[in-house]
Amino acid sequence: MIASSWLLVAFPALGALILLAGGRRTDAWGHLLGCATVLASFAYGLALFFTSNGEPEDVTLYSWLPAGDLQVDIGLRIDALSLVFVLLITGVGSLIHIYAIGYMSEDSDRRRFFGYFNLFVAAMLVLVLGDNFVSLYLGWEGVGLASYLLIGWYQWKPSAATAAKKAFIMNRVGDVGLALAIFLMWKNIGSVSYDDVFAGIGDVEPGVSLAIGLLLLLGACGKSGQFPLQAWLPDAMEGPTPVSALIHAATMVTAGVYLIARSAPIYNANPDAQLAVVIIGAITLLLGAIIGCAYDDIKKVLAYSTVSQIGYMMLAVGLGPFGYALGIMHLLTHGFFKAGLFLGAGSVMHGMNDEVDMRKFGGLWRKMPITFATFGIGYLALIGFPFSAGYFSKDAIIAAAFGQEETWRAWLFGGAAVLGAGLTAFYMTRLMLMTFFGKRRWTEITSEDGREFHPHESPPVMTVPMILLAIGSAGAGAFFVFNHQLAEWLTPSLGKLQEAEHGVISHSVVPFVVVGISALGVLLAWLFVGRQETPVERPEASAVVRAARNDLYGNTLNETLVARPGVWLSRALVYVDNKGVDGFVNGLAALLGGSSGRLRRLQTGFVRSYALSMLAGSFLLMGLLLMVRFA
Amino acid sequence: MTPTYYLLLAALLFAVGAVGVLVRRNAIVVFMCIELMLNSVNLTLVTFARVSGELDGQVMAFFVMVVAAAEVVVGLAIIMAIFRARRSASVDDTNLLKY
Repeated sequence: MIASSWLLVAFPALGALILLAGGRRTDAWGHLLGCATVLASFAYGLALFFTSNGEPEDVTLYSWLPAGDLQVDIGLRIDALSLVFVLLITGVGSLIHIYAIGYMSEDSDRRRFFGYFNLFVAAMLVLVLGDNFVSLYLGWEGVGLASYLLIGWYQWKPSAATAAKKAFIMNRVGDVGLALAIFLMWKNIGSVSYDDVFAGIGDVEPGVSLAIGLLLLLGACGKSGQFPLQAWLPDAMEGPTPVSALIHAATMVTAGVYLIARSAPIYNANPDAQLAVVIIGAITLLLGAIIGCAYDDIKKVLAYSTVSQIGYMMLAVGLGPFGYALGIMHLLTHGFFKAGLFLGAGSVMHGMNDEVDMRKFGGLWRKMPITFATFGIGYLALIGFPFSAGYFSKDAIIAAAFGQEETWRAWLFGGAAVLGAGLTAFYMTRLMLMTFFGKRRWTEITSEDGREFHPHESPPVMTVPMILLAIGSAGAGAFFVFNHQLAEWLTPSLGKLQEAEHGVISHSVVPFVVVGISALGVLLAWLFVGRQETPVERPEASAVVRAARNDLYGNTLNETLVARPGVWLSRALVYVDNKGVDGFVNGLAALLGGSSGRLRRLQTGFVRSYALSMLAGSFLLMGLLLMVRFA
Repeated sequence: MTPTYYLLLAALLFAVGAVGVLVRRNAIVVFMCIELMLNSVNLTLVTFARVSGELDGQVMAFFVMVVAAAEVVVGLAIIMAIFRARRSASVDDTNLLKY
């Protein structure tokens, strides 16, 4: 069973190969094959899950890079953590594949889309199943590629092409960090396999060890859209909605959280790196939530919500043994409800001629009852309505944040997390109110290409996955949290979940605080949005809202701090190259060319003048010889 | 024997040849002047061979003659070809191979 676990990766990889190499011949049944391969992986993953006890088991497939002392094997690690991810990726992935059959039904290139989707699933499975950092890096780059291809799916739109490039380049910044971390491991520990690195990290100099931790964090920031590399994730919403659901909400962007949880021994050895992770998480969760409050684009609100929720996960895994399992738990529940929310948003767009502006929605619950119901369940889970999935997983993180030993940290990060929860409730309620409630604002409007809006419910191939995900959102949390089942299961990979004993706020009080703040957020949203008419045109707003609408100047920050100096530097280098290096070489060439142009005038073509010069030369030589002889 | 007269004659012949090459335009004459210089050198070689009692110089002179004969064949052929092409045997007219 374990020995042939490579089949997990092989199914979707084969699917991608057939769909992408087969070309138009596979158009008729390509989407079915695409779903079948992921479902097969899911079935295999389930079978593995039920036969495994969660203890790490490594399967070495073959020796990949035997280069001197560097031995990199292609190997799979089947343990609790990777199995959880396999089930999330293939389970939620299958549902989104099925949904995409309906969503992409009018796209003439649907088969290629499924090829890319399968490619993504295969790469993501390599990422989570590898038993060394190089395998992880292989999958890491693979999902980056799939993400690039899918964000730029509508490649004729300049905005989509730009967003794809932006995602790719910002990811590359993080990838450099990951690569450097791997180089440091190899140089200082002499191996890149998980076992050796985790065993050897304690003997490394503290500075190097900290550097590895921070570089891994940089990699995680790039892939997971964390501050300061968060700007690509909202732009990635240019891709088709199933892509946003699968890649930019449920699975790929959680790879950073996976990386940090997987590298738990490295972070356990580096409290400073852990603190950095917590700080990044706290900043990002607030940043995402604040910006989410200001956007009118339904997908961008959900995208910033994703940024914010991943911030929670980062915060959790930064807490060390108190939080690894909680981070993974939130990742799982988030995978369910955020995928469901995105599919719901896609269903709304499907019925509204691909309109994404919430100001042009309103009153849709009548027209799309199933979408409304499933979206509503996802919404309740996200804002942490009592006893929904998000309630259990988010409260646990907030409680753990409050439970830190140092008081200032507990107040600071716990406070940030609670504030984030309130903001989450605000922006999600605003989204619900603007989309599904209130007066319909779409009747008199036609979309840009002149079609009128006829909101309608999506076909069953789209609604069934949404219903299943809604059930997951409602039930998963309770199931995972009940008696800390998930945390128990993850113990072999992440160590035992520790419960903080002395929090600044008692554990039993935290849920009340969080629910109270969330309720306040909902109330505020109703006061600001629900009670009054929503203008179809975006009104002018205060400086704070304008800042939030501008992504809190995240793009400006990147541009001023990184992009502009980079351009200046390259301009200066171009100047030095043109004037200095080229100047020297060109000057030398001009000197030689000019002087030889003059010298060649001696070549007159008159034989007798040559003869004269030969004679003169002979006389000269003779004269010199005589001088030497007789002088 | 005293080589003085032989060498003086050779020098005289060489000078006549060299001046001829420099001042005459007719290719045939220039050619003959070159032959004159070659033969003056031959004379010098043979003279010194006699003085030193070695045969090397004489052998060398034979080589020069053989090479000169071959050169005459090629050179006259070229002059003929040029004359046929441009009805002129002046070396100053064939000045195309230049800068």
